[in-house]
Amino acid sequence: MTALLARDLRLAFRAGGGFGLALAFFLIVVVLVPFSVGPESSLLAAIAPGVLWLGALLACLLSLDRLLALDFEDGTLDLLVGAPIPLEGALSVKALAHWLTTGLPLVLAAPVLGVLLNLPLAGFGWLTASLLAGTPALSVIGTFGAALTVGIKRGGLLLSLLVLPLYVPTLIFGAETARRGAMGMEATTPLAMLTGITLATVALMPFASAAVLRMGLR
Amino acid sequence: MSIWQYANPVKFLALSTRVQPVIWTAAVLCVAVGLLWGFFATPDDARQGATVKIIYLHVPAALMAINAWFMMLVASLIWLIRRHHVSALAAKAAAPVGVVMTLIALITGAIWGQPMWGTWWVWDPRLTSFLILFLFYLGYIALWEAVEDPDTAADLTSVLCLVGSVFAVLSRYAVKFWNQGLHQGTSVPVATGGRSVADVFFYPLVVSMVGFGLLFLALVLYRTGTEIRLRRASALLARAGRES
Amino acid sequence: MELRVDNLTIARGGVPVLAGVHFVLPAGRALVLRGPNGAGKTTLLRTLAGLQPALSGQISGAGERIAYAAHADGLKAMLSVTENLQFWAEIFGTRETDAALDAYALRPLAERMAGTLSAGQKRRLGLARLLVTGRPVWVLDEPTVSLDTAAVAQFAAALQTHLAAGGSAVIATHIDLGFKAATLDIASFRAASTLLAGASDEAFL
Repeated sequence: MTALLARDLRLAFRAGGGFGLALAFFLIVVVLVPFSVGPESSLLAAIAPGVLWLGALLACLLSLDRLLALDFEDGTLDLLVGAPIPLEGALSVKALAHWLTTGLPLVLAAPVLGVLLNLPLAGFGWLTASLLAGTPALSVIGTFGAALTVGIKRGGLLLSLLVLPLYVPTLIFGAETARRGAMGMEATTPLAMLTGITLATVALMPFASAAVLRMGLR
Repeated sequence: MSIWQYANPVKFLALSTRVQPVIWTAAVLCVAVGLLWGFFATPDDARQGATVKIIYLHVPAALMAINAWFMMLVASLIWLIRRHHVSALAAKAAAPVGVVMTLIALITGAIWGQPMWGTWWVWDPRLTSFLILFLFYLGYIALWEAVEDPDTAADLTSVLCLVGSVFAVLSRYAVKFWNQGLHQGTSVPVATGGRSVADVFFYPLVVSMVGFGLLFLALVLYRTGTEIRLRRASALLARAGRES
Repeated sequence: MELRVDNLTIARGGVPVLAGVHFVLPAGRALVLRGPNGAGKTTLLRTLAGLQPALSGQISGAGERIAYAAHADGLKAMLSVTENLQFWAEIFGTRETDAALDAYALRPLAERMAGTLSAGQKRRLGLARLLVTGRPVWVLDEPTVSLDTAAVAQFAAALQTHLAAGGSAVIATHIDLGFKAATLDIASFRAASTLLAGASDEAFL
């Protein structure tokens, strides 16, 4: 399993691995927002938590179709099914690798981009905390979507259509935490809900992902 | 004689062709009576005026939008556990009907909301939940269309339906937490026995709801029959291809 | 332990293709599958490898003993030859890649990225992967595609070493491997078009 993690990380960092693409996308989305809604500081400050969460979510979504599709094309998935590691474990590891190469950089970049959007000072801690608690759920749910669409040619758009509704609870609690935090309100309730969703999905979704992957490879 | 004998497509087709005329007649009758009674034979509401009459379309459609998904969930479970093809195809057949019901509920809701709330759309928990349900339906149908092998498609969509149901319930609570809302409470609360609409409005509403339920049943039976015949055609073609 | 297949019926696309397949493959032997295109060789091999379920029949001695290799080799273009092999060695818990590198003369290529290899070199690397799995039963689908004669000889030698060490192999191939192996013409197991075996389309007939 560590071998799989090491390989996925190494592949992500090598040329053509796509590491940094999600981060660049996040940056561009955040930069485009003031162009579309105007440069007014108070308006930007009000929408900053939501924009940052939405940007992080879309950046995460962008990299999902590489998560399993590449391994499917070159036959790795067929071989992994026969390997002596459980497929559920393999998929959890792949989700972890996805989070380490996509989610974690987004969490670290979000406060910097928060400055660009005039995020109130009180919001930085809550924003980072909410992203840290919520992005693992995005990776794990995304792995389920990737497993559902693995055998489908041009499944990228379908993947977005399937995954986005599943992202709704995570987005609501995540953005709510960041928004309340930025407004100086109590935000521990949504943060606790968000953490609950993440823990539950991390524990349960790999079973669903492995089940649909086995069905799809048949 | 168990109910599972109708899991055989041929027996199912025979039975459904026999009962369909009855169900169609009853459905059209109930919907017509419910809507006409509701539109023309009930008084205007003291506060809401004539706009309240859209309730006879809105509430039954909303009810069936949710029940259609619930039926798909049960059918998906039956497919995953007992591998009855009719069950998977019935779930597939119900999805577009569910989408249309969801759309009717959303559109009539907007038309009703405009005079009542002064706006076509608010991000109220109920409206938002229906919008999310609509997205789930779209994803489910798109997945059915995208997978070539029919059995794999049935497997994948069934799991999606299961997982989607959990997330749909989760979204419902998340949305409630997110915005408290304008929408009035349930019109026909079953659990408490009390109701927020007066009897004159209530009886035509019940007839209309029964009508929509029967209409849903008739449409699903009809569409399932079509799906079975399509599968039969492709099965015969595949076998014929092997002979040559 | 032998690989034993009894009365196996398999389907492709919901239609039975092979019925009543049976063979016994003792340790130390190879079995070559023959049959025209579309006869069901790949389907049979995938069933043996546990990638798809059979309609009926028994397979014993497979499961965790199978190493499967098909057209796609599970190689990553951005990893070197050694890294690719090492990854699969670690997944299968063996860690030993030297013998595999030597068997297919991959040592001069060891540091090259797999993406820069020719088709035949990639195939050699894909076959070398079998050696690092440490599994006794090889299930190979057209293993010699795009190999030149020298590489085919390397494959035959590696296979014979594997058999001599008590391994076995089921191979779908059209070429002569240069040593005596039992052959099984699967065309004789072709399922009758009227066969009802529980395939998924049957309920609709």
